[in-house]
Amino acid sequence: MVDTVVFILAAAICLTGALGVILARNPVHSALMLVMTLFGIAVQFVALEAHFLAAVQVIVYAGAIVVLFLFVIMLLGVDRAQNLELSVLPVQKWAALVFAAGSLAILALLVMVVKEPVTGAEAIGGSATGDENVRLLARSLFSDYVYAFELTSLLLVIAVIGAVVLARKPKNVVGVAPEPGNEA
Amino acid sequence: MEITTGWYLVLGAMLFVIGGTGLLIRRNPLVMLMCVELMLNGVNLSFVAMAQQLDDIGGQTVVFFVLVVAAAEVVVGLGLVVAILRRQPGATADDLSALKG
Repeated sequence: MVDTVVFILAAAICLTGALGVILARNPVHSALMLVMTLFGIAVQFVALEAHFLAAVQVIVYAGAIVVLFLFVIMLLGVDRAQNLELSVLPVQKWAALVFAAGSLAILALLVMVVKEPVTGAEAIGGSATGDENVRLLARSLFSDYVYAFELTSLLLVIAVIGAVVLARKPKNVVGVAPEPGNEA
Repeated sequence: MEITTGWYLVLGAMLFVIGGTGLLIRRNPLVMLMCVELMLNGVNLSFVAMAQQLDDIGGQTVVFFVLVVAAAEVVVGLGLVVAILRRQPGATADDLSALKG
């Protein structure tokens, strides 16, 4: 009973936030709605006994990534309203409609047809339940997936270098005064 | 009414569809990146739900990697957005068609 209430509340928060992200005219509102969705997902993770991921979801996503979004919005000063009607190419609007309607139709079909989503395959990574979620996750991460884990460190270094290179002003532009109104 | 794995999968799929629709209807590159985050979160939820259903920690490990890749993607994506909007304030995704030769 409690599970049902938690799921429905968290799902409502998630979907409201998701709709808010794509319908809010102001990018700042979109970012705040994204936080709402991410918190809803974190609640679902707790309900699914993924405690470590719930914590990481709040710290990394809501804490770091959304702050990064808000920082860039404020830095660029693009927090003005966008007219949703004029902003869409006609073809793209129809594509979006077809995508949304088609996906939801497939979803409804699957919900009606599939009674049991699990194939009954054997688990290969070890148990996911129990009190020691962090320990299990760490064991999986540092044994079976250790090479992938090392590669993510490489990926993060590349991302940092890429961000620095992109953010740096080109040398030949340094001496040139920016045009009026062109300043970020 | 009992909450089964299917409910979580449906919620994940709905988040994915909402994110994909937003990616198509929005032109602000920042909001488009947020929509990508929505899609990633929908898939993450499916992974965690199946990890619990199958009693397999591998699903949660994959979500961990998705988090790392999403963080890297946002850093580089926002770097690109800053670089573009600094040159051309108010640029939208459509204006990037100027990139073609």
